[in-house]
Amino acid sequence: MIQPAQFLALAAMLFGVGVAGVLLRRNALVVFMSIELMLNAVNLTLVTFSKMHSELNGQVLAFFVMVVAAAEVVVGLAIIVSIFRRRPSASLDDVKGLKW
Amino acid sequence: MESYVFWPVAVVSLVSAILVIYSANAVHSALALVANFFMLAVMYVLLDAHFLAAVQVIVYAGAIMVLFLFVIMLLGVDRQEDLRERLPLQKPLALLFTAGLAGLTVFTVRAAFQERAFPTGGLEQANQSGNVEGLGRLLFTKYLFPFEVTSLLLIIAAIGAMVIAKSRRPDQMDSEDDEA
Repeated sequence: MIQPAQFLALAAMLFGVGVAGVLLRRNALVVFMSIELMLNAVNLTLVTFSKMHSELNGQVLAFFVMVVAAAEVVVGLAIIVSIFRRRPSASLDDVKGLKW
Repeated sequence: MESYVFWPVAVVSLVSAILVIYSANAVHSALALVANFFMLAVMYVLLDAHFLAAVQVIVYAGAIMVLFLFVIMLLGVDRQEDLRERLPLQKPLALLFTAGLAGLTVFTVRAAFQERAFPTGGLEQANQSGNVEGLGRLLFTKYLFPFEVTSLLLIIAAIGAMVIAKSRRPDQMDSEDDEA
């Protein structure tokens, strides 16, 4: 029988990997994917708590997180496209000023 | 039975997550992320969240990853990338703090929930007429207002994305660059 703690520990490790990606990578798209990793780790936590408490409220919250993540991805990718369209790379180091 | 599913899936999801941040090619990262999303869908099935498992595959592995790949191709960054770190100490410090964060969280979670097992029955009562129906009942009664607000959010996001990413004609772009 799998305990809740094991699901939660896995979610914590996935979140840690996401944080590492944001801190270590310079490619704007990979940083964005790491943010998705973190959102998914939190969703796993919410679903685990939902089962622990025998209620569906946690799953509803995870559902809302998914909706917000979808909206966030759409707007974020649009911003990335508009910033990096005229640049050769997608490196975040290239975006140093407010004007481009 | 469950543990035969849990452990391989947990290992694959961790390895694919590490591959996301380790591959030098953005397309490889995206493919590893798809694998990670599928493994999380399996986890949701283990946790009796059948609707979320389906949504995870359809929305994340389907829609969002296609969007990611589309942008990777659009920007033409689908080639090897220089992963060398230019800031001194950035890499060791980042790894140290990340390991500390993940280690502390895992430690806390294990200390807090070590002796807790899932309650017998689990979600059986809440899911008795089906997981989808239970979620739908909650969404359209208790959470009706937030649900309506998310529809507004999605419309705003769609319009905003179109406005931001709208391509301008070259002649307009040039005159704007001169003014700027």
